Amino acid sequence: MSVDKNSRYRSSHEWARKDGARYLVGISDHAQEALGDIVFVELPEVGKQLKQGEAFGVIESVKAASDVYMPMSGKVVAVNDAVSGDPALVNREPYAGGWLVAIEASAPAEWDGLLDPAAYEAEAGKE
Amino acid sequence: MNQTRLHDWHLAAGAKMAPFAGYDMPISYPIGSVEEHLVTRRSVGLFDIDHMGQIEVTGAGADAFVSRLVSARVHDMKDGDARYSLLLSEEGTVIDDLFVYKIPGAWWIVVNASNREEDLAWMLALKGSERAFDAVSIVDRSEETYMIAVQGPRAIELLDLVSDAKISELVRFTSGNAKVLGVPCLVGRTGYTGEDGVELFFPADDAVRLWTGLLSEGEKRGIETKAIGLGARDSLRFEAGMPLHGHELSKEISPLEAGFKWACDLEKDFVGKAAVLRLAESGVTRKLVGLSVTGGVPREGYEVQDESGRAVGKVVAGMFCPSVKLYAANAFVEPAVAKSGTALRVVIRGKAAPAVVVKRPLYVPTYRR
Repeated sequence: MSVDKNSRYRSSHEWARKDGARYLVGISDHAQEALGDIVFVELPEVGKQLKQGEAFGVIESVKAASDVYMPMSGKVVAVNDAVSGDPALVNREPYAGGWLVAIEASAPAEWDGLLDPAAYEAEAGKE
Repeated sequence: MNQTRLHDWHLAAGAKMAPFAGYDMPISYPIGSVEEHLVTRRSVGLFDIDHMGQIEVTGAGADAFVSRLVSARVHDMKDGDARYSLLLSEEGTVIDDLFVYKIPGAWWIVVNASNREEDLAWMLALKGSERAFDAVSIVDRSEETYMIAVQGPRAIELLDLVSDAKISELVRFTSGNAKVLGVPCLVGRTGYTGEDGVELFFPADDAVRLWTGLLSEGEKRGIETKAIGLGARDSLRFEAGMPLHGHELSKEISPLEAGFKWACDLEKDFVGKAAVLRLAESGVTRKLVGLSVTGGVPREGYEVQDESGRAVGKVVAGMFCPSVKLYAANAFVEPAVAKSGTALRVVIRGKAAPAVVVKRPLYVPTYRR
């Protein structure tokens, strides 16, 4: 399992990372590993307002469909079309090319309340 | 929970394990189900399928017994022939699907792991029902017999290199005896992937030796050979249009509904024949079709609708198909909407995803081309 040092995490295995004025959101390496081969990704419409903890999309692996949840509240300002065309990108690069959505955070302070890399690693390692 | 003799090997290889038919089985290895599927389509896949059952039928009256027991024609089978067949209930539904091998002096019947005990009980009940079957012997050989499948376009090439007989000279759907890496095997030119290849039956004590030997011989000879889990086994068989009992076939399904009339020899007597004939007369009310779906992965239990939103059927299996690159389902639907090209919908998480009836199989087995 790898963790990205610049991201913070939700215990449901999503990460958020500041990227200029916006935040990128994706799923952790631990999550992609547990899901297995990802074959379909359903993402929200650009412009959608979502609250922290709200389901924003679905990741389908060969085995099952799993909801993914917002680590922070905000408005979707971009979705990663690359993962729609090549869902396995989430397996290969969960913290880089496999990001899912970019958001304009409505409560940036929420980021500080997320798990830091060490805390997330410890928690995910227990599973 | 049962373990196969290769359980430790699977764990050491980093396999994700899960219970299947009472066995802790490898679902996928670190390369992932999709890559495992593709390796089998381009080179060689090795499958630990020791959970499958093998039942040996011998003795005076065995020919008549097997002919009555299974739906397919078997009386014309010669030593070495192998044939797909169904085990039907009196109601004409499918208790199990199986492969029947005629070998010198015996019938060798390969059954699904999850149905093994029920199949055995059914066979014993049929034997008890007629004096003519008194001398028939039915023995479960599953414990002492190991079963590995070696499948893929280069499987026969690999087998030829490591066997004391020319496996390439075995005709499809026949079997023969050979030593593979020194292990005495019954070799069936059969399989469940849509690729050429074999299924090997041999003494269980030789499992690790044969498995690791085939992998290292493949590597040494430049023939890419990988262990394949049950996840890819499912997508390989699905693409190739082969049924999985509990999905396309079950005790609630008639072979006529699932498109298996060809596996029923209506010119002979067999258990369930009367019910099959009755349904043929009255007509089926649902048919198995393939669906290509856009907008999600169709999965078992999802509702199928027509374009007006009326429910017309249910998905029994669905997945992403790595070789044909489609999200596809097998579904039972009303006959009126079963024609290829019919536009339907599959309800995925409350949303109607567009679907179209497609010809099965999605991937025509290489030996049928």
